[in-house]
Amino acid sequence: MPEEVKKKRITDIGPHDFHDYLPPVIKKNYGKWAYHEILDTGSMVHVAENGDKIYTVRMGSPRLVSGSFVRDLCDMADKYCGGYLRFTTRNNVEFLLDDKNNIEPLKKDLEKLGYNVGGIGNVVANIVHTQGWVHCHTSASDASGVVKAVMDELYEYFVEDKLPSKVRIAFACCLNMCGSVASSDIAIMGMHRKVPKIDSEKILNLCEIPSTIAACPTNSIRPDTKDGKQTVKINDETCVFCGSCYTVCPAMPIADSLNDGISIWVGGKVSNARIKPTFSKLVIPFIPNDPPRWPKVVEAVKTIITAYKNGAEPGERVVEWIERIGWTRFFKITGFEFTKYHVDDFRLAETTMNYSSQVRF
Amino acid sequence: MGKKHETPLLDELKKGKWVSFVREIERAAEKSERTEDLLGQVENSYRDKITHWKHGGMAGVRGYGAGLVGRFTEFPEKYPGVKECHSMRVNQTSGFFYNSDILRKIADIAEQHAGGLLNLHGSTGDIQILGVWQEEAEEAFQKCAELGFDLGGGGSDLRTPSCCVGPARCEFANYDTLQICYDMTQAFQDEMHRPSFNYKFKLKFSGCSNDCVAAASRSDMAFIGTWKDKIKINQDEVKNYVKKFNVQKYVLDKCPTKCMLFEGENLVIDDSNCVKCMHCINEMPKALRSGDEKGLSILLGAKAPLVTGPRLGMMLVPFYDVLEDSKNDYEWLKGLISNMWEFWDEYGVSRERIGELMQRVGVVTFLEGIGLEPIPEMVNHPRGNPFIKFTDDED
Repeated sequence: MPEEVKKKRITDIGPHDFHDYLPPVIKKNYGKWAYHEILDTGSMVHVAENGDKIYTVRMGSPRLVSGSFVRDLCDMADKYCGGYLRFTTRNNVEFLLDDKNNIEPLKKDLEKLGYNVGGIGNVVANIVHTQGWVHCHTSASDASGVVKAVMDELYEYFVEDKLPSKVRIAFACCLNMCGSVASSDIAIMGMHRKVPKIDSEKILNLCEIPSTIAACPTNSIRPDTKDGKQTVKINDETCVFCGSCYTVCPAMPIADSLNDGISIWVGGKVSNARIKPTFSKLVIPFIPNDPPRWPKVVEAVKTIITAYKNGAEPGERVVEWIERIGWTRFFKITGFEFTKYHVDDFRLAETTMNYSSQVRF
Repeated sequence: MGKKHETPLLDELKKGKWVSFVREIERAAEKSERTEDLLGQVENSYRDKITHWKHGGMAGVRGYGAGLVGRFTEFPEKYPGVKECHSMRVNQTSGFFYNSDILRKIADIAEQHAGGLLNLHGSTGDIQILGVWQEEAEEAFQKCAELGFDLGGGGSDLRTPSCCVGPARCEFANYDTLQICYDMTQAFQDEMHRPSFNYKFKLKFSGCSNDCVAAASRSDMAFIGTWKDKIKINQDEVKNYVKKFNVQKYVLDKCPTKCMLFEGENLVIDDSNCVKCMHCINEMPKALRSGDEKGLSILLGAKAPLVTGPRLGMMLVPFYDVLEDSKNDYEWLKGLISNMWEFWDEYGVSRERIGELMQRVGVVTFLEGIGLEPIPEMVNHPRGNPFIKFTDDED
């Protein structure tokens, strides 16, 4: 590389200063917002202490988008809101308008382009998800395809406000859990079910034996020798198929086309409103992968949503509803089977048992 | 032009009302030929029900150990366009604010130097540009840098910090999440770009306990906005809400500490028993606002399941006066973070998150290590068993 180019190389500058991209009405009222009102599932208004208003129009996004998608957004932002837009932590797009009269024309234009306006209020919010078969090497399932199939089915709940409270669904394609799955109203998670296959030919070249052994949460990996060469062995009885060893050692592949699939969890929550944050709990331990549209996964999620809609009181999140009616009744209403897999046997298992005589009949 | 690969299974995912990622990959392929092969590869996975990406692999830009995630196909001959399909993490702006001009330029880079596909945004917060080849990574990086956008974290380092929309567009924000996220990211550039930790470390900033960035469930150190003094009540607006819905049933009765009551038509709050859960403020944003003595709580140790199980953030510091400390270049906070990183570096093992270290050595040992005292806010209740290890300093 020529010297002059080398000199100009830019590093360690950090992110771009966000102030450069704040719309004028936000700059003026930064930290001075008084309240907000939800107008409909696709729009809301925030009102500043001085009466200034900013309108937000929200649309869903598949998160994995093309440059052309980005240009569509930019054209809309130029036409209706001075070019200003933002994204939400759940991968929605938000257009920031100062003129109320632009809300409906913008929504119409977005819908004409095939985009989904909604996601505000007591709705199924956009599904936070991971990369899946599109870009990940440890995935037990695809992500985008399952999410697409589920959102197609639940579309009415994204565009209409008719649930007792908001429902946050998240998807992770393995236990690495790159999405914030563990604390969602409904969590969909990729699962492996067979022990990793050890490639003893390659393990010494590709992996560090001690760190591979240390990667196991159940101490199921032990050193071994095969044909005079160092390798490892796995205790099939105690392996929980988490894939942690594969993350550090490529010679222990765990993905298995016949045995990988999806599990469903409910009742997680990350906000502190009313009750404390909590993890999602197991509902269905395993549904085989069934691409392209995973009908059993879609059906299970729909069953949970329908039962929640019919049973919860206004304002109750999924976990509050289930704790009020009890898990026994939840399984009865939804028809899901309670199995030996639902009883925790990991590190904090003892804390999950019922130490009382309280039951519902 | 005909399609390079037939994709009957993926085509099924172009049906339905929800915006289709398959359509997006196809649109990207119109601009960036290599992405045709991504469609072929993903269709192959749909057929075989298994991922076809090889395990990891090296990719990067000069001088950085993070920011580019290596990805290689198992079938380079069949899908040469994704022989390499790395993703470049570009550090997002605080609060994900952009304008059309900058987004078009980023889309240009994605189309000219990658597969024309982006994640807006990745789970941690970065913009991800997908389908980068190693030979052009440096140029793509420098083009982003010329726009004022650096790369994000990856591997065993400080991952890209992220925050909620904060005071830019939310009346609930109790501190400036966007500014501190920006300031901390700038302060720790070296820790982000050059991995030297035991494992990943995440910082996330939420302006209130609604926690829109899910800090308390997925960041090693979660900053959750709070306040110390009284909730501000606009009694006229309370009366307006009373006309609209059953405030007693849906607000007061649902308060976790039952610290609210009506005296006549006036709402009264026993703020000394309020746990800042946000429920009443969420339900009546026009009538109730958090107090004036604002700051944040710090929760520690949240993480996903691997290696020893999932954890939620544990209360570490109930109230930190971030505004005051920011005037001092965050001297106190930076001291706390560096104490933690030192303790983690000294006693943590490879791939042990800080929450797992705390669990392994015990919370009290951990607190001694980082210079904090145990306080009742940290526990749900005191211990219920008598197995106490008394120390000699009790004599």
